[in-house]
Amino acid sequence: MPVKVIIPTPLRGYAGKQESVDVQASTVGEALTSLTTRYEELKKHLYADDGRLRSFVNVYVNDEDIRYLQKDQTRLKEGDTVSIVPSIAGGASRAEK
Amino acid sequence: MSEHVLKIREEIVRRIEAHGEETYPHECCGALLGRDGEGSREVLDLLPLPNRRDDSPRNRFELTPDDVRLAEKTARAKHLDLLGWYHSHPDAPARPSEFDREHAWPWYSYIIVSVRQGEPRDMTSWRLRDDRSAYDSESIETAAAVSSPEALRV
Repeated sequence: MPVKVIIPTPLRGYAGKQESVDVQASTVGEALTSLTTRYEELKKHLYADDGRLRSFVNVYVNDEDIRYLQKDQTRLKEGDTVSIVPSIAGGASRAEK
Repeated sequence: MSEHVLKIREEIVRRIEAHGEETYPHECCGALLGRDGEGSREVLDLLPLPNRRDDSPRNRFELTPDDVRLAEKTARAKHLDLLGWYHSHPDAPARPSEFDREHAWPWYSYIIVSVRQGEPRDMTSWRLRDDRSAYDSESIETAAAVSSPEALRV
């Protein structure tokens, strides 16, 4: 079914400069696979080398974090909006003092 | 060599330094709000945010997705873009760490201010490469006055 994936500003350059992309999917996992198949450059910014979402990448269906739903198996219904929102993290390396 | 330039008013530089001084020896963090045009990026306002890492705040910072959404909302309300993020490195160089690189996205500007013994020192800005392999430094161009009358209304 058709759902909308909102692309965060920093990643729009890898998704045809679009703010959102419409995909056909029945789960969050399918929606993200469809998105990253169409826009392959997005993949490395969303997924780590082990194929899992990067730890700072959070995915929401409407306003719900998928970690509190069924993760990538979360079912989608027509008109749902999937958002990708980063957490921001960083910090100094102690060894670099 | 990087071609990126980040314009920033001196008053905003002082606010970032003051935030780093205030939270020392812990890391400070916040959002950079401004305008991004073709080849020109200018920070016009800040949104200081609380460091959510209470287990290791001397060498780590974290902002939650809700903080990010608040920063996006604040930028939109001010008709600005969310350009990136700033944080401090207490008693460490103003250079991105491996941990910084692993937790970054391209496009955002990442300002780092080094704070030594409570005193702000170097300030640098960085952008992650498209292939995530490294950061490129972004030149900080400081102006004493605002660049345009429009910016005064921010």
